[in-house]
Amino acid sequence: MTVTFTDWITEVANWVFLVIALATLAGALMVVTARNVVRAVLALVVTFAGAAALFLMLGAEFVGWTVVLVYIGAVIILFLIGIMITRAPLTQNTELSGPMAMRIPAAILSVLLFAVMAWAVIASLGADMIPLPDQATSTASLGETLFTNWVIPFEAVSFVLLAALIGGIALARKDTTEEGETT
Amino acid sequence: MTIVQFALLGAALFVIGLYGVLTRKNAVLVLASVEVMLAAVNVNLVAFDVYLGDASHAGQMMALFIIALAAAEVGIGIAIVLMIFRNRRSADVDELDAMRY
Repeated sequence: MTVTFTDWITEVANWVFLVIALATLAGALMVVTARNVVRAVLALVVTFAGAAALFLMLGAEFVGWTVVLVYIGAVIILFLIGIMITRAPLTQNTELSGPMAMRIPAAILSVLLFAVMAWAVIASLGADMIPLPDQATSTASLGETLFTNWVIPFEAVSFVLLAALIGGIALARKDTTEEGETT
Repeated sequence: MTIVQFALLGAALFVIGLYGVLTRKNAVLVLASVEVMLAAVNVNLVAFDVYLGDASHAGQMMALFIIALAAAEVGIGIAIVLMIFRNRRSADVDELDAMRY
């Protein structure tokens, strides 16, 4: 059962998808081109909210709300703190990207890479316009598989988080020895 | 909804993030661009998980692990940027050329 373009465009869910996708891409473009640091980081909120909305559309509810909690709740705050600590100009527009000699090759490379990936996607999946199943993944089944099939990666991730916590403290604190000299 | 639209959106987000990583000067914004690339990967993983209908939900699990590791990465990344700023009074990646020559 394949979907023709007419079927695709008349489905309401795809209009919702298009709106969310355009907002996500606009937010991502603003992250990489905005001339104000705070605006660039706040555009990241739009990108993550769009990604979370897409996860909810796909029925991946737990992943969607985790993105809202972890990214929009915590990571954005971390970015804002990082900007304030490094004393970036918060209110005026400054040149935050490299010169044109750097931007044009980067843009060409990005467009070429997108062309290659789009070609690969359409060549391998384009004929396969199968509608995605529209049932939600229950958090209960996700938790069950997390603690049966994925329990070793789960423990490894918790260890990495602990190591990152200790590493962050060790890197960021002012390391004063007993003689009072800073290293 | 088909898998193709999600794969194309993931590809577009990924190259936008790549452009940001290549052109941004401020180290914090380079990290933000990396986050855009990770979001692209998550979109792909979750979409293919739903597409394949795997009972162990490999794609969604990978996305959750990426979210956890990205949080750790940002914490360490900001700490390193803070150290660089403390030592060099600048968070500009173009000026970090001490090991270039």
